[in-house]
Amino acid sequence: MIKQSIFYFFSFLAISSGSMVIISRNSVRALLFLVVTFVSTAGLWMLLESEFLSITLILVYVGAVMVLFLFVVMMLDVELAVIQEGFTRYLPVGLCAAVLIVVGLVYTVGPRNFGSERIPIPLPHPANFSHVEALGVVLYTRFLYPFELAGVLLLSAIVSAISLASRDRRENKALDPNQQIKVCKEDRLRLVNIGKNNL
Amino acid sequence: MIALSDYLIVSAILFGLGIAGIFINRKNVIILLMCIELLLLSVSTNFVAFSRFSNDLMGQVFVFFILTVAAAEAAIGLAILIVLFRKKKTIDVEKMDLLKG
Repeated sequence: MIKQSIFYFFSFLAISSGSMVIISRNSVRALLFLVVTFVSTAGLWMLLESEFLSITLILVYVGAVMVLFLFVVMMLDVELAVIQEGFTRYLPVGLCAAVLIVVGLVYTVGPRNFGSERIPIPLPHPANFSHVEALGVVLYTRFLYPFELAGVLLLSAIVSAISLASRDRRENKALDPNQQIKVCKEDRLRLVNIGKNNL
Repeated sequence: MIALSDYLIVSAILFGLGIAGIFINRKNVIILLMCIELLLLSVSTNFVAFSRFSNDLMGQVFVFFILTVAAAEAAIGLAILIVLFRKKKTIDVEKMDLLKG
């Protein structure tokens, strides 16, 4: 019973803040609602007994990605009035598409196909079960190669993000190689005749 | 008790919200990126729920990789957004018609 009330609390929070994300006028406010959505979904994942992923969602998403979004939103100076111009124009088609998709999905995944009669509710793990250990064993044995590929992917993301966003400012004293190779002898060297007697 | 269908319905509704957000917000790329995050979140919830109810850890490993790829995508997307804003002084989706698409 208490599990159910926690489930309904978190799912209500997730859905209501998720709808606030798409209808709120201010991007900073939308972002903060997105954070609430992520936190409540992390609560749902905690109910599904996947503690590690739940904590990862909060640490990585709320802690890093959302803060990155927040930095960008606050750095870009966008007028609020212009942003919401086309809101009502696309509202009907957006709502229609969303309602169609949700109705179709709910019809498919609803209690008729995936209810507790069809798919039994699993027993809770024993108290000494370590989800981190179970996931780590799988991740470092069977999925070791994809895991390393994920690391490479993150590295390439860092490199590309830095190279995209950093401004090409000439603050350092590095020379432009293009200019450097065009130098000829006359630019740099001057021969002076100082005479024999002055030596 | 909470059946699998309950989790699936919640994530289906979140997915629909993400789709609606992509349709509705035509003026702000940041909100589009947020909606993509919302879609990824609902799909990950599906993965975690199925993994728990079928007692198989593979789904959760997949969610781990989804989180990695989504973080990379957010970082690169925001970097592109910053470059775009620097060049065009706007993040309006409808003014991004450089390729005449």
